[in-house]
Amino acid sequence: MNYGIVSQEQLEQIDTILSEKLIKLGVDCVIIIDMAGNIITAKDNGESKYDVYSFAALAAGNFATVDAMAKLVGEQEFSLLFHKGQDSNIHFSKIDDELLLISMFGKEISLGFLRLNVVDVIEKIRQLWNKK
Amino acid sequence: MSFINLKDKVVQVKIVYYGPGRCGKTTNLEYINKTYRKQIVSEMVSLKTHGDRTLFFDFLPFDMGKIKGYDIKIQLYTVPGQVKYNATRKLVLRGVDGIVFVADAMAKQREKNIRSLNQLHENLQSYKESIFRIPLVMQYNKVDLKEHGIPILPTEVLQKDLNSRLKVPYYEASAITGYNVALTLKKIISSTVISIQKKLL
Repeated sequence: MNYGIVSQEQLEQIDTILSEKLIKLGVDCVIIIDMAGNIITAKDNGESKYDVYSFAALAAGNFATVDAMAKLVGEQEFSLLFHKGQDSNIHFSKIDDELLLISMFGKEISLGFLRLNVVDVIEKIRQLWNKK
Repeated sequence: MSFINLKDKVVQVKIVYYGPGRCGKTTNLEYINKTYRKQIVSEMVSLKTHGDRTLFFDFLPFDMGKIKGYDIKIQLYTVPGQVKYNATRKLVLRGVDGIVFVADAMAKQREKNIRSLNQLHENLQSYKESIFRIPLVMQYNKVDLKEHGIPILPTEVLQKDLNSRLKVPYYEASAITGYNVALTLKKIISSTVISIQKKLL
């Protein structure tokens, strides 16, 4: 997959999926990054003020570390990660070998509900790429 | 690989400062962070140990303005220099667009520079990149130590050791005083942006 350049149309479609499926649900901020730490796209609810660029760099590093840990225990990969805080939580999920979907959300959303939607979003994004 | 967002017209460029332990990679970034504070919207991120050694990486993003209507976002990274952290260095090199190799000009560090450069060559190969193709700038750091009577390697020796085959641009520098830090940065940004443009055309 060549993700180096994503067409404007593809990005708009991805943004729509993210808005429809996650932001509307009450997720504060959704970012798609690549494993090098670049932001592919970022969507938020208009209120959250995260430094998404630093976030992407750290998230890519974090995920790469966890990937290395997976290999150490004989796993192919840990395809998702979840960090729980008092007021906000972060959920990481792998879209494919190169891309990562990150959702930041508060306590009003249940993790299970978010995960169901994340699975759906990832499926839709994969379809979008396969169409190309 | 740089990421180009056609919708928002943003190009993200990843530049990594690479080199042996304690050669001054983080100091380079700290100087840039201090001097160009106005252009930098976010905080510099440093993942370090209690002893102030880089554990994972430092990260400094800044905006360079526009080229042909595209916003250029430069992302500077450093790697941990300590020998034992090669796995981490490899992770940071993922998707790199340009590299500054910071060599320690102190005479006693001669061998460490060479070893570090060889390892960079190997690490890039694991991503199917080549040290001969990727935009690269050499920085011979700590030249200010000469005034303090500490033996440092003459530039000719460093050139012979590190740059005889690569033949990339090089600068003597002193990251702590800021001497040639900006020049190194400008050079690597321009080489990298040109290389990205070439790949696209």
